[in-house]
Amino acid sequence: MQLFLESLFNGVAIGSVLLVAALGLAIVFGLMGVINLAHGELMMLGAYSTYITQLIFKQVSFLKPFYDSYVIVAIGIAFLVSGTVGILLERTVIRRLYGSPLETLLATWGVSLILQQFVRSVPLAYASGLVVALFFGLFSPLFISDNLLSGTKSKLIRSCTWGFSALLGVSTGGILSSLVSKLSRSSARNVDVTAPSWMRGGIDFVGITFPKTRLLIILITVISVLVVIFFLDKTAWGMRIRAVTQNRPMSDCLGISTETVDIITFGIGSGLAGVAGVAVSLLGSVGPNVGGNYIVGCFMVVVLGGVGNLLGTILASFSIGIMTDLIGAGRLLTIWPDMPSPLASTIDFFATTSMARVMIFALIVIFLQFRPTGMFPQKGRMVES
Amino acid sequence: MKLPKRIFAGLATASLAVTVTACGGSDSSGNFDDTVTVGILHSLSGTMAISESTLVDTEKMAIEEINAAGGVTVDGKSYKIEYIVEDGASDWPTFAEKSKKLIDQDGVPVVFGGWTSASRKAMLPVYESKDAFLYYPIQYEAQECSNNIFYTGATPNQQSEPATDFMYKRSPAAGGDFFLVGSDYVFPRTSNTITKAQVKQLGGKVVGEDYLPLGNTEVAPIISKIKVALPDGGIIVNTLNGDQNVAFFKQIQDAGITPSNGYYVMNYSIAEEEISTIGPEFLEGHYGAWNYMMSIDTPASKQFAKSFKKRWGSDRVVADPQESAYNMVYLWKQAVEDAGTFDDNAVREALVGQTFDAPQGPVEVMANHHLSQTVRIGEINAEGGFTILEETGVVEPQAWNQKHPSSKGYACDWTDPKKGEKYKM
Repeated sequence: MQLFLESLFNGVAIGSVLLVAALGLAIVFGLMGVINLAHGELMMLGAYSTYITQLIFKQVSFLKPFYDSYVIVAIGIAFLVSGTVGILLERTVIRRLYGSPLETLLATWGVSLILQQFVRSVPLAYASGLVVALFFGLFSPLFISDNLLSGTKSKLIRSCTWGFSALLGVSTGGILSSLVSKLSRSSARNVDVTAPSWMRGGIDFVGITFPKTRLLIILITVISVLVVIFFLDKTAWGMRIRAVTQNRPMSDCLGISTETVDIITFGIGSGLAGVAGVAVSLLGSVGPNVGGNYIVGCFMVVVLGGVGNLLGTILASFSIGIMTDLIGAGRLLTIWPDMPSPLASTIDFFATTSMARVMIFALIVIFLQFRPTGMFPQKGRMVES
Repeated sequence: MKLPKRIFAGLATASLAVTVTACGGSDSSGNFDDTVTVGILHSLSGTMAISESTLVDTEKMAIEEINAAGGVTVDGKSYKIEYIVEDGASDWPTFAEKSKKLIDQDGVPVVFGGWTSASRKAMLPVYESKDAFLYYPIQYEAQECSNNIFYTGATPNQQSEPATDFMYKRSPAAGGDFFLVGSDYVFPRTSNTITKAQVKQLGGKVVGEDYLPLGNTEVAPIISKIKVALPDGGIIVNTLNGDQNVAFFKQIQDAGITPSNGYYVMNYSIAEEEISTIGPEFLEGHYGAWNYMMSIDTPASKQFAKSFKKRWGSDRVVADPQESAYNMVYLWKQAVEDAGTFDDNAVREALVGQTFDAPQGPVEVMANHHLSQTVRIGEINAEGGFTILEETGVVEPQAWNQKHPSSKGYACDWTDPKKGEKYKM
């Protein structure tokens, strides 16, 4: 029983990291059909946001008493940062490439390289300033009445908002770099996010230690999934997104602004990548390559689960998590110690992290031979199919 | 991506040259009879840049020190050392390509370079085919002995063997079982093969080992294996690389694998530089084994740390790989002066037997092109340094490890033409 619980918890813990990382991709790749290889780098931006939030909470005197709760603030900031960069990416690159997946793949891969080198060569204070400027530049027109925007002086007003945002960005960069000296120099060195003390250590329950960071990541994952499901199923915009997913030209005819739907979908998908970045930063170090380590796993989850199906994504990530633990930690041998020796030595051979990965990939390949469209293939009358 | 870095490197070199001429005054501009140009080849971009750039800094500092003291004297003529820095870009074939460029195009008499074993293995055929000379400064898995490489880092018997001995006999977990964790490449696998043989000899037990693929940071399965294999604490030998250490130490602490619960980790790849990245709060109470530690309390060691901080900034630290890099520049200078020429073959002969008062203490070049050096075991403290617990005497290097089943009974001797790379003792 204890063994079963421990194995289940480990599997769920590994699976929830995969799930939170793949959730954004499931929306972008699954619903929009965009292969976004820069998804990992959007996660990386989320991880860096956590690092910067942590430093700000450490340095600014009136925020210091709230240091313990910086992670929660970081989740919101990471969502906004990655979402903003994602929307910019959609507006400038991906929008021009809809319908040509190969070109999208190459372009987003290029973007991922640019983002990696960007955080290596640009001081983080100025990078945050740039993101702030982009954020206000992109979103401030939403708060200005349409009359003003479409009026005769619209150009002036628009350039004013950008000028204002640029000013905000520059001052943010300046303030940050003078406040936190660590952020004022560029560095390729990996940085470290330290969880506040209440999140370190573990909880002992029925003889098993449950690490608190893992519990928090599971919580983040559960909340993200619930919010996404609620958004897609219960809100008007969620319904429009699903409509566009199923039949883009028809939705367009019925008066849904597909362009806005694209922006929202991509923004949310990217924002979720940022949230995943927060989760990942609690487990390891934060560096330019952190996202790249997860991207293969994300695609694996989405493909196994069935493109465009959230339930599939959830099940796929948990089954991969549990398999990783079962095979990688050699659990079967512990459960059944006196199994026949050829079987035991085979299982022992695969009971290392490297070989467990080989085994899982092999199993997924075999599975896809029988179910090429994943666990839950998309049903319905699609235009493309 | 490559170009700006190189321009930057060029600018740095140029500005450095300006500073040297400006500050050195008559010493550097007037008093040299000639110049000699050496090659420096480390990664200045890509994933290894963080580590390898510290070696470039150290080698530059050593060269500046030598120049300030009058340069290299060969045949009564004094030579000022100049250098060409090339970027290996964390890409192993690039290391081979840049080596060819340095040897053929620039005609340098010596190259100081490399960090990863993969980069060394890529460069080795180039140096052997052109009969050139590479100085390699990193602690590595040995099982190699080239006539064209001079290895100034530790071999396993100068790092992991004394460390295993310490852990099994004198650490708080003495007599306990071993669990071996490493990244999945040649150094951890070779090092752990040696550790397993040694633990068996000592009468101990290795209850498990696992390797994390490079870049993977999901250590949960390894943690559950450790908890099954070592339920009541024990010794963990860690050869993980780079960032994987951060994930490993953060998560084992959460899982209760800590010194206070009887788990002690011995690390072979964590020096002062890495401690500050991972955070001493995760490492306190665990161990490390090196030839040089910044906390060595001798004038030479303090002077080395002080000069480095003065040259590159007060927040910088020095660690074992840097000390090896520093030593090799000085040893090359001594060998050249003894040989009376920059010619590779003569320098190679003169090199064996050179001694140097290194920051770690006296070192000597042995016939197998490795260094005899002191081994230190340290406990990581809250300040981010090592508290040195033990110091061996000077340990002679074994290019072919005597505990590894494939090389037992073999040795390397380049001074005797009949023996060479690998002969049976």
